[in-house]
Amino acid sequence: MGIISKEAAQAILKKALSFSKADECEVSLTGTEGGNIRYARNAVSTAGDISTMGLAISSTFGKKTGSATINEFDDASLEKVVRRSEELAQLAPPNPEYVSLEGPKTFAEAITYNKTTAAVNPDIRAEAVRKSLDIAKAANLEAAGYLENSTSFRAIMNSKGLFAYNTDTDVSFSVTTRNQEGTGSGYVSETFNDITKLDTLALTKVAAQKALGSAGAKALEPGKYTVILEPLAASDMLSNMVRGFDARSAEEGRSFMSKKGGGTRLGEQLFNEQVNIYSDPFNADLPSATWNGDGIPQEKVTWVENGVVKNLSYSRYWAQQKGVKPLPGANRVIMEGGTASLEDLIKSTERGILVTRFWYIRSVDPQTLLLTGLTRDGTFYIENGKIMYPVKNFRFNESPIIMLNNVEALGKPQRSGNMIVPPMKIRDFTFSSLSDAV
Amino acid sequence: MKRSEFLYLSGLGAGALMLPNLSLFGNPIDPMEALNVVDARIKKELADVALNAAKAKGASYADVRIGRYLNQFVATREKTVQGVSNTESYGVGVRVIANGCWGFASTNNVTKEEIAKAAERAVAVAKANSKIQGEPVQLAPQKGYGEVSWKTPIQKNAFEVPVKEKVELLLATNAIAMQGGASFVNSVIFAVNEQKYFASTDGSYIDQDVHRIYPNFSVTKIDRSSGKFDTIKSLSTPMGMGYEYLNPTESSKVKGVVTRYKDRYDILEDIKSATANVDQKMKSKSVEPGKYDMVLDPSHLWLTIHESVGHPTELDRVLGYEANYAGTSFLTLDKLNSKNFNFGNKLVNVTADKTEETSLGAVGYDDEGVECKKWDIVKDGVLVNFQATRDQAHMIGLKESQGCSYAQSWADVQFQRMPNVSLQPGKEELSVDDMIKDVEKGIYIIGDGSFSIDQQRYNFQFGGQMFYEIKEGKIVGMLKDVAYQSNTQEFWNAVGAICDKRDYRLGGAFNDGKGQPGQSNAVSHGSSTTRFNGVNVINTARKI
Repeated sequence: MGIISKEAAQAILKKALSFSKADECEVSLTGTEGGNIRYARNAVSTAGDISTMGLAISSTFGKKTGSATINEFDDASLEKVVRRSEELAQLAPPNPEYVSLEGPKTFAEAITYNKTTAAVNPDIRAEAVRKSLDIAKAANLEAAGYLENSTSFRAIMNSKGLFAYNTDTDVSFSVTTRNQEGTGSGYVSETFNDITKLDTLALTKVAAQKALGSAGAKALEPGKYTVILEPLAASDMLSNMVRGFDARSAEEGRSFMSKKGGGTRLGEQLFNEQVNIYSDPFNADLPSATWNGDGIPQEKVTWVENGVVKNLSYSRYWAQQKGVKPLPGANRVIMEGGTASLEDLIKSTERGILVTRFWYIRSVDPQTLLLTGLTRDGTFYIENGKIMYPVKNFRFNESPIIMLNNVEALGKPQRSGNMIVPPMKIRDFTFSSLSDAV
Repeated sequence: MKRSEFLYLSGLGAGALMLPNLSLFGNPIDPMEALNVVDARIKKELADVALNAAKAKGASYADVRIGRYLNQFVATREKTVQGVSNTESYGVGVRVIANGCWGFASTNNVTKEEIAKAAERAVAVAKANSKIQGEPVQLAPQKGYGEVSWKTPIQKNAFEVPVKEKVELLLATNAIAMQGGASFVNSVIFAVNEQKYFASTDGSYIDQDVHRIYPNFSVTKIDRSSGKFDTIKSLSTPMGMGYEYLNPTESSKVKGVVTRYKDRYDILEDIKSATANVDQKMKSKSVEPGKYDMVLDPSHLWLTIHESVGHPTELDRVLGYEANYAGTSFLTLDKLNSKNFNFGNKLVNVTADKTEETSLGAVGYDDEGVECKKWDIVKDGVLVNFQATRDQAHMIGLKESQGCSYAQSWADVQFQRMPNVSLQPGKEELSVDDMIKDVEKGIYIIGDGSFSIDQQRYNFQFGGQMFYEIKEGKIVGMLKDVAYQSNTQEFWNAVGAICDKRDYRLGGAFNDGKGQPGQSNAVSHGSSTTRFNGVNVINTARKI
């Protein structure tokens, strides 16, 4: 049992709350059904099916909170888990940052559930992998990949009358293809809400082209280069930054959003004017729930407009301290771009480096958001608008803040993981050393 | 789905520690419930149900793991307790070979009926996968041990120590930082207990009780006028120990420019030192990029060993099983088979060891019932071995497994994971002071920081916590904005000297990530302070 209806979820949550003796109580019910298949060396290595459902309850007396979970839903089990959370609350130290629960609200209906994705079974997964393997074998490449799908639901209810329910679906696929000599490697990774958009055959062809095309890479001197980042590479660089659009750490003085002398850089021109970043639960390619786990609505939020940071997230506690409305964090963001294709960006480039993806990105300095990492699975030299030859992988040391000041052009955005980003042409991107890795 | 290679417990960026997602670890429980242990006789009965059900359905081999995984996490910041969580995860995983192919299934419903069903599902998965499988699985022979048990040799079970005592210690730690002028401080005690029962059709029934602990903090100083901030982390390390790790002894302290710790940790002394040092670090000189001789303390070097020696010698990476995620390895089978691949210079001896006391990797038997052992990976600079499981042993000509199988819980299938991989101390007597005396232009690094390495483990970059400039044999002050870059083979050939065994210490991590879906592994790496000659240092300061 992994997925139940809104009415069935509501009935279980109501029943659980009816046993509560705490000052405040909140209950959540979540379930997932799905599976995965992993392959390597052109054969399936592991496969698994998942079906889970669990209830979590938090009881609060004053500012002392205790939580407990259970995966049985009969009346006796529900009463037991409520009692357990109440006993744990009595043992807990008071949390001075506890904020009284949200009251009832009406949330818009999300568009996160896709029927076809929800119907994926092991045979469909195996067939998708077979197509990928066929392409790899035909090209005399060795494939290693992973396909995972899930259908989930989440329902919350609290003692102040809040109730919300949502279901969503997700499928992600990635494959690495390598040539027999180990001198070329290609990769693709895509995530969709709707599995009909997933074409493992076409995607494996892209990975295969990159693997074949990246063999025999030449070494270029490290230094500052104009780069074209494919959406995968661009999203790798941005995910750290968007998590930092947070009011508390900025106001406490320990974030790149903190201002010299105190305060934050909200409202400052932090990036190039072409940079616009927002989140929108109703984006068809990147839908999300219309409420978060605290029962706060998730609506369209502009994070960056024409290079100016427009909003910082506020937790319920920090919002209460500052007398503002809580705002959930920048989750599932969309960066706007233009209409140019990746090919158009290449054509417009006199000399540059095309980057398929980055790997092992780590923060070097949280003050400047300096990151280090390496290119991987297809790095190419561009001259006079054409891809000339593959180049050896580079290590970079670059801050996404500096990178988004050096934007030359942005292409047509597409989904990459849990973001939508355009391919980007960036000048003066800092590569600091060479890697022999393929 | 993107996962970090190290599955972080701490928050990114601001140095704020966050509570881990409870569902990752299991169900919350009353702290005292952790002390109730399931009787081995009951577990044997349940295990036999799984093994018999699997054999009845046609499995040629089966193993079963009945696991109870307990975690306790106490987190504070400044004067506030952010959270106390106690979780339990209890269930059964059954792995089988049928038609020459692996199958796995698990259940959290620990009844004879459900365990038998899980065994049957595992056989069904194996048979389904065998239709698209290549070569049949070949298991290295393994004798059954009968009924045996093993327990981490702890002195004080961390789960028996009241939460109140832990909260008081952490708040006292925070108070020292705030009194010392810190702007923020986060501190945490994380305790783990794996109660694992393993049985296989080879005739082993192995009951193990594994304990680990990790106290740590980070202290942050902010200079509002300049808008600058900096953070220093504790010099503690996760250990395969009980609460005794937090009872300091003078003999376990390594005195020097900063006090470092062996198998006992003084959190109150360390926070005092870190608070003073974060202030010094902010005021220190930004490093001049260039070549330096690096003197690397074990509290730093463990991570460089982990990334540049531990990972490339994992046999599953060498063979390509991790190609789509963690990557492959520059150490190929032909390099091992040549018996003369120069991994490092003659001073470099690296061992794999699942038996070392107080280490995170120490257990009596691995998760496929192989008694743990110690073996050489690099001998006098030459690559001599990898890390293998039973189904991989034959691929490198071994007659038995090296005992490197591990699963993070009963719900996950076991696979090849890193044992403790450690640099052996220098054979000649050498103290850290004497090592520094010989350095003309160098940097002494204490504590681990930023880390990044490519997917075949050639090119890496590491930061640290505290950086000391060495000029003409003397420490002359602190530096900031330091990171070094090198290539694995060049780096291990640049070893100039290794301090002797008096300086040997462990460092490690609870959360080394690998696999799809991802799993965490806890592993330690021992070393003595080591000098590397002529390493490239970059300056990481930027303006935004």
